Amino acid sequence: MQWGSLSDFFAMGGYGLYVWTSFGAAALCMGGEVLLLWRRSAAAAGNHDGE
Amino acid sequence: MSNTGINWFKYSSPQAFHLLAGRMIPWFSVVSIGLILIGLYIGFFVAPTDATQGDAYRIIFVHVPAAWMSMFLYVIMAIWAGIGLGLNARPSFMMAQAIAPTGAMFTFLALFTGSMWGKPTWGAWWVWDARLTSELILLFQYIGIILLRSSIDDLRRADRASAVLALVGVVNVPIIYFSVKWWNTLHQGASVSITAAPTMAGTMVTAMLVMMFGFWMYSIAVTLARVRCVIADRERLPSWGKQASMADVAEAR
Repeated sequence: MQWGSLSDFFAMGGYGLYVWTSFGAAALCMGGEVLLLWRRSAAAAGNHDGE
Repeated sequence: MSNTGINWFKYSSPQAFHLLAGRMIPWFSVVSIGLILIGLYIGFFVAPTDATQGDAYRIIFVHVPAAWMSMFLYVIMAIWAGIGLGLNARPSFMMAQAIAPTGAMFTFLALFTGSMWGKPTWGAWWVWDARLTSELILLFQYIGIILLRSSIDDLRRADRASAVLALVGVVNVPIIYFSVKWWNTLHQGASVSITAAPTMAGTMVTAMLVMMFGFWMYSIAVTLARVRCVIADRERLPSWGKQASMADVAEAR
């Protein structure tokens, strides 16, 4: 392992902003998609129960 | 086909497909989460710092898998669209419809992470390079296909029109893939290809491939979840709940 400390890890050799923004965007997009689908399928199931 | 004991044609019915998709989602989700966690671990804790790009190169572990999925999902979407047009099969059109938003999401992610990588290494967020431009066109294609579908009220017409658009647009995928060879681009060439040995350290390639498979499994899980919503929206039948059995569905039909 090449990280001396936790702050070393978050700094990413000075590129922390770019690296973490990239991974954060990926987590947000993929997590957001799952959340939207979750709500959509829950709404669909709810509608059908109500009918 | 008869010797497998499974009647595959059963799944050409949206109702049966809805049930099958529901059973497959948890498996693909678990495998996807596992692979992504392993990929992140290798990418951040095992793979060494790059000699020329420092730690900025670690963006590759999300950028390349997202870019591959953006092209791969387009081809899969076009294949489903083609099958739908050829066999006039509703579930095929539904699959094409379900893939488009995930493909668009990965295309956006590839462009976004690419600009996050471009700034520290090239000094620019964006350049009108062949690779970047053709990938941006892919995003517009996905958006165009989604908007065309939503602009046509008649579902059968919407299916066919968006399928034709998807099939015509598939020509852009080889252009994106080979753009770094055909034109003199700022974007670097392929780090990993089928025909040549990788130009990266072994652990870097491993992390990238593991992330790629993780994104692939994620795409399957999300597409199946969306196709269930699409089927439920389009078929509007009762008994879509988890407890529905084939017998209930047959009765409702």
